[in-house]
Amino acid sequence: MAVERTEELILNMGPQHPSMHGVFRMVVHFDGEIVTKIEPKVGYLHRGLEKLAESRTYPQFIPYTDRLDYLASPHNNLAYVLTVEKLMGLQIPERAEYLRVIFAELARIASHLVFIASMALDIAGWTAWAYCFRDRERILDLFEMTAGSRLTVNIMRIGGLSGEPPTEFWPALKSFLDDLPEMLEEYFGIFYGNEITQARLKGIGILSKELAENLSITGPVLRASGVNYDVRKAEPYGIYDRFDFNVPVRYGCDSYDRTLLRLDEIIESAKIIRQAMRDIPEGSVMAKVSKVIKPPVGEVYHRVENPKGELGFYIVSDGSPKPARLRIRSGTFINIQMLPIVALGWKMQDLVAIFATLDAVLGEVDK
Amino acid sequence: MDALNQLPLSIAAAIRSLFGDSHSIWADLTMDVINIILVIVLIVLAALILILLERKIAGWTSQRPGPNRLGPHGWFQTIADALKLLGKEDVTPAGADKFIFKIAPMILFALPMMTLAVIPYGKGMSPIDLDLGIVYFLAVSAVSTLSLLMAGWSSNNKYSMLGGMRAVAQMISYEIPLIFSLLGVVMITQTFSLSKIVEAQSTVPFVVLQPLAFVIYLIAGIAEVNRAPFDLVEADQEVVAGPFTEYTGLRWGLFFLGEYGNMTAVAALTATVFLGGWQGPAILPGYAWFFLKVGIIIFFQMWVRWTFPRIRIDHLMGLAWKVLLPLSILNILLTGLGIYIYDLVLRIGG
Repeated sequence: MAVERTEELILNMGPQHPSMHGVFRMVVHFDGEIVTKIEPKVGYLHRGLEKLAESRTYPQFIPYTDRLDYLASPHNNLAYVLTVEKLMGLQIPERAEYLRVIFAELARIASHLVFIASMALDIAGWTAWAYCFRDRERILDLFEMTAGSRLTVNIMRIGGLSGEPPTEFWPALKSFLDDLPEMLEEYFGIFYGNEITQARLKGIGILSKELAENLSITGPVLRASGVNYDVRKAEPYGIYDRFDFNVPVRYGCDSYDRTLLRLDEIIESAKIIRQAMRDIPEGSVMAKVSKVIKPPVGEVYHRVENPKGELGFYIVSDGSPKPARLRIRSGTFINIQMLPIVALGWKMQDLVAIFATLDAVLGEVDK
Repeated sequence: MDALNQLPLSIAAAIRSLFGDSHSIWADLTMDVINIILVIVLIVLAALILILLERKIAGWTSQRPGPNRLGPHGWFQTIADALKLLGKEDVTPAGADKFIFKIAPMILFALPMMTLAVIPYGKGMSPIDLDLGIVYFLAVSAVSTLSLLMAGWSSNNKYSMLGGMRAVAQMISYEIPLIFSLLGVVMITQTFSLSKIVEAQSTVPFVVLQPLAFVIYLIAGIAEVNRAPFDLVEADQEVVAGPFTEYTGLRWGLFFLGEYGNMTAVAALTATVFLGGWQGPAILPGYAWFFLKVGIIIFFQMWVRWTFPRIRIDHLMGLAWKVLLPLSILNILLTGLGIYIYDLVLRIGG
């Protein structure tokens, strides 16, 4: 007689699953709709960027950093060039510093807009998705005006920026910032304020403060668990110490606060951009740098606050024009650790939502 | 206007008169065949129009033009898409239960044909006027779950099976409030016949007398046709496409037709039972009023779909069991009380 037995459903989500961001894959064990075990698998987008860096000169590697977190490429550029400049002890012109802040914060807004859009999409809010992408387009237009490309902007150079923004950049930027509060109100109406959204996200996927700290989670995910830590404040780089802005912190530790925190950050970023626009001096956007960049022998680590988390570059220089070793510490790669712990015991739909709150970009995870 | 109102009936009488004896078995058979063809045409036309309408509404809500390349304002887009589907390869997965896999889409497509056949489209214009119209409608439309479960089970795909199981779990939750919400109307009219229910609404549509039941039916009706925010069955972020994951080409197209047909059928029942069906001011013929009301309900369903995110499955069950079901029982109670008091007043007055 056949023995009746039940077994867990093992479901392979990804790398080609509609809810996966990029090519993330997880093998999920389900008891009915309840998640009992998650095995994340990464590496489908591995391009060996760290090894590639060893055969490129320092300036040649900048375009590769665009492909890390491709939703906020100026940030990756910034992290890399700041690291190299720290190694060389290079001072860059004031105007370039301000422009870097403007572009980095614009990229943060663009990245968070994509986050809100994809978050909405993962709980099937199609219309909210379209709203965010409509508004992100205006930031991409600003990038295009200045650097010529929209997604992989490649705008920073070692010693400054690739160029001066055109004259039409400034009115366009101002009108975008003026329209921003209205846009955020719209997102609130269509997405955050919705009863179903709140039921889907509130109290779901609790990442406690202790767990977040133990897993060395960074970025908005950490701050939504009640930890006031932002590299821009904790260890100011560039000219971030000159701006008056708050680090939004929320204490709900759940999916909803992680989602809402991005909205707060957009508001703070807009504040920083407004101050930078007010204070920006005239002058050159590029320091005097020799054609062949040969940093002194040594090693250096530098980190910045990427929209997704802390992004750090570690470079070992042997005095040649190419780095001897380059290591990337990317935010999402570390943050993804929380998924197999936090999403246990929740439903399949919650798992998708919890994963979405990590704002994972696989370019950064797999490097 | 009266001639226009009676136009379908006059055409039917003219066809019958071709047979000499207008009630001969051949005349009846011919009319039945014509009715069947008309219902199929209605479903296909509805699907063609509704798919385009849905994409246009999706575009409108998200501030983009929607399909606008093929023909004026993209009107021919659906036709092109349908032709594309016809040209696709018909794949049956190797591990599938082939017979069930193949008949599941046909069942889903047959259901709106069966349900739309009992709807009164105008005065005396039911293709089949059943005395138990409402019971028949509910019984047949509940079979759609079976079709989804068959598709989900036979595909031999874990996502499909999860979707099929969700369909069953969802159906058990919403079907009871759905049926209970219609009971109030049946209590008032003392009949299950859809055409008599419409006739009873000549002075006031039942949405005025049964507002609670109307809201419950609207919500449960959206769950019945598996549309957002209750589209758990085909939730692409979770179960890819649910039971439809493994289907290609025309079979997938049949599912699509069936879905839109079911949507039309649920909207048609809402219009019939709550909005007075073909009753309306004489500025438009009766059938025009009917289709106008159906259109409004469908527009509402689409509007909801493109506004709300998807509800979680346990929340859906909670909503159905803890909110809609008690409310629908309360509605039955209130209706009974109302009828009793109305009778009392009549007896005192008369």
